[in-house]
Amino acid sequence: MIGVLLKRELALAWGRGGGAALAVGFLACASVMLPLSLGPEPARLARVASGVAWVVLALASLLSLERMFERDFEDGALDLLCLGPLPLEVVATVKCLAQWVVVGAPLALATPIAAIALGAKPQAAPLLTLAAALGGLAFAFVGGAGAALALASRRGGLLIALIVLPLLTPPVIFGGAAVESFQIGLPWLAPLLMLGAYALAAAALTPFAMAAACRNALS
Amino acid sequence: MIVALRIEELCLARGERRLLAGFSLALEAGEAIALTGPNGAGKTTLLRSVAGLIRPLCGAIRFDGGEGRLDADDARRFGCHLLGHQDGLKSGRSAGEELDFQVRWTGGTTDAAQGAAERLGLTRLLGLPVRALSAGQRRRLALARLAASHRPLWLLDEPLAPLDAAHRILVGELMSEHLGRGGLILAAVHDPLPILAREVGLAGAP
Repeated sequence: MIGVLLKRELALAWGRGGGAALAVGFLACASVMLPLSLGPEPARLARVASGVAWVVLALASLLSLERMFERDFEDGALDLLCLGPLPLEVVATVKCLAQWVVVGAPLALATPIAAIALGAKPQAAPLLTLAAALGGLAFAFVGGAGAALALASRRGGLLIALIVLPLLTPPVIFGGAAVESFQIGLPWLAPLLMLGAYALAAAALTPFAMAAACRNALS
Repeated sequence: MIVALRIEELCLARGERRLLAGFSLALEAGEAIALTGPNGAGKTTLLRSVAGLIRPLCGAIRFDGGEGRLDADDARRFGCHLLGHQDGLKSGRSAGEELDFQVRWTGGTTDAAQGAAERLGLTRLLGLPVRALSAGQRRRLALARLAASHRPLWLLDEPLAPLDAAHRILVGELMSEHLGRGGLILAAVHDPLPILAREVGLAGAP
């Protein structure tokens, strides 16, 4: 039954607001604009490359969150999902996993390319991909909670950004620290583990918040 | 398996407005009830509260099985179909994909979905995107879910409104078959149902 739902959610996430293409396109545009504003000196860019890649990654993950629950809420599909065999908490988890696969994974592959283009060390690419994938998991679940809380409000997209961005700060800090430490030869495992812990905690806790928010929006 | 629905002393409100107070109703297997009343009387709210989507202010909604009372959550998740104004069909996906998902999600099979589509004259339309369907075709697609995955309690909100005369008769046949299998139907209607149904009027807010 989870497979039936996952197949649908993947198809919907793929078609939602451009899906992966839009997020990756945003990441590419933002990292091209940075040298234009900072100036082209390689030394200066290299110093900020991985940090900027993280901020852009967090912003790119926000793009398609708005429609995660809203479409189902507006067209009545959320009623149907409530009356299915799986609890709403599981439904919310599957939605976030689909978001991660469709948006998070392509972004995780694109982030190291953007960072290296800006001057990060190529040796950091595997770590950056791993960290971006873990960060993307946290972004998908925390973002899903924001999307569910903003249901039934006008201009939900803006509200989601306000709810979600503060919660995206810890993964940006841990992820940026892991990559930065690796590049200058400091121990990098601890921040990476913190990032993993944050992502897992988000995946474990936010489904309850999402389900409660959906029920509240329906009643 | 739900064999009876009992609503006892139910109070419902939408926002500040009190819709129902002390409302009771009993529905047995093989029986259909047509809820009537003016717009805004609370028919849709009542159906949604039976489906568990709206919490009542007071009173109880109970589902009885063959061997005593059922857990309300289980009864709703495995024994209840809700067909409302909003059918949950995604306009960008094809009618076939959406029907298959809805049927399998509610416990039916792909074969049953095909059979129901044929019965409702939808086979030709399954390749089209949902947005290309007319209101009546869309409603038939939503009704095909009910016909394909067997759940005893049907909660219907204006099920016939967009349908033409021939399809109203067809849906009447589906309803009779459902009742014959021991199903229960609670429908909010303005036009009479094409089957024998007990009428229960909601007075509406004073």
